Amino acid sequence: MIRAARAILVKDLRLELRTKESVPAMTLFTVTVYVLFHFGLDRDTLEGSLASGVLWVTLLLAAVVGVARLFAAEREQGGIDGLLLAPVDRTALFVAKAAALFLFLCAVEIVALPAFALLLLGPDLLEPLPRLLPILLLANAGLAAVGALVAALATATRAPELIMPLLLLPLLVPVLIGAAEASEPLLRDDPVADRLGRWLGLLTLYDVVFVLLSVAVFDYLLED
Amino acid sequence: MYSKGFRPLSIATVVALASALALVFFYAPNDADQGFVQKIFYVHVPMAIVALGGWVAGGLMAIKHLRSGDRSWDVRSYVAIHLSIILGVGVLVTGAIWARASWGHWWVWDEPVLVSFLIVFLLYCVYYPLRFSIEDPERQARYSSVFAITAGAFVPLNFIAVRLAESFTHPRVLSQTGGNLPGEMRLTFLVSLAAMTLLFVTLWKLELASKNASAQLKRLRTKLNARLAA
Repeated sequence: MIRAARAILVKDLRLELRTKESVPAMTLFTVTVYVLFHFGLDRDTLEGSLASGVLWVTLLLAAVVGVARLFAAEREQGGIDGLLLAPVDRTALFVAKAAALFLFLCAVEIVALPAFALLLLGPDLLEPLPRLLPILLLANAGLAAVGALVAALATATRAPELIMPLLLLPLLVPVLIGAAEASEPLLRDDPVADRLGRWLGLLTLYDVVFVLLSVAVFDYLLED
Repeated sequence: MYSKGFRPLSIATVVALASALALVFFYAPNDADQGFVQKIFYVHVPMAIVALGGWVAGGLMAIKHLRSGDRSWDVRSYVAIHLSIILGVGVLVTGAIWARASWGHWWVWDEPVLVSFLIVFLLYCVYYPLRFSIEDPERQARYSSVFAITAGAFVPLNFIAVRLAESFTHPRVLSQTGGNLPGEMRLTFLVSLAAMTLLFVTLWKLELASKNASAQLKRLRTKLNARLAA
């Protein structure tokens, strides 16, 4: 199972390195949304709850862009038949797709966070960065698990690009709550870690529930 | 045609609904500081509880479908979710009326139960486009079940998250009234809850009977057409 998952993951990463499709598009998208927020809010710098809200809504929307392309290669070129004919567990496919999405999101954030600090964030980003990292990793894990599940769920419909965001965004509300509430005190002018443990606990609970759930139900998707 | 025991069930529903309404209007006292408008509580809260219960039940029926491969469980799950969405519209409308009357706004963001309900409701609204944009009936049943299970698990998780996120400054009407409801109000509330549950089960059975009847009719029609053609 692990070998199959790794093979699919390596295939996806190689595809991404050669076509450079998802990650650059997602990154460009985040910067564009920052610009939109600058004009939409009419603010030059943000701090506290506004900063954390803008950051996390932007990252969530970027994740939607990534999820939309997650099964694109399989759908457009018929690769899905090859994967389904191979004698491997569907779980391997889920693990590989979720891991790929997780790595894509991490790669996007390596650019999106400094860009946010440069364009919009008022307070310094370096000081709270070590405490932001666990929030980012836990939120990415939740986004990746739910994203892979929803991408698979939406591929069977007649209008996946319509169904996918409608399904994904309500499911991600707890991630937004946990991540935005946890980051809010860290992005103030004098960063403090306020109730960080509680929000990290919520994100962990969400990740555990949705990873287990996705592994349990993924076998019933994509089998034809 | 109807499943066994449908007639006594519908009679019990009518009796329970009538006695719930009678209790609400003639027995339960007016609330001390909210007055008459507080009586919407006996419609709003049972509806919300039954809707949430219907969604979770839909998830459990979907698990049963995936485990047994019996598609009739998917139809049961679909009807339960469908009825809960209809109740959900009622919950949001009565909640807005109550909020307007007691806090002066049609919508309040610091009532975690109402906000959680909206998020869950928005998610379940996607059930229809998801289900009806898959043509193959077998695949439609399978994907709908996966959605029903995922959303069913999301319901409690979302309530935890929203409750954590709201500041604890706002008076919690529900936990207050649920915690120390005076005897007459408690009795009225419990009868209303039972009436709403019975109504849900009756409508569920009725809808299932009608779904089965139209499926049977379709089968008979194809048979007849085949015979006429021959």
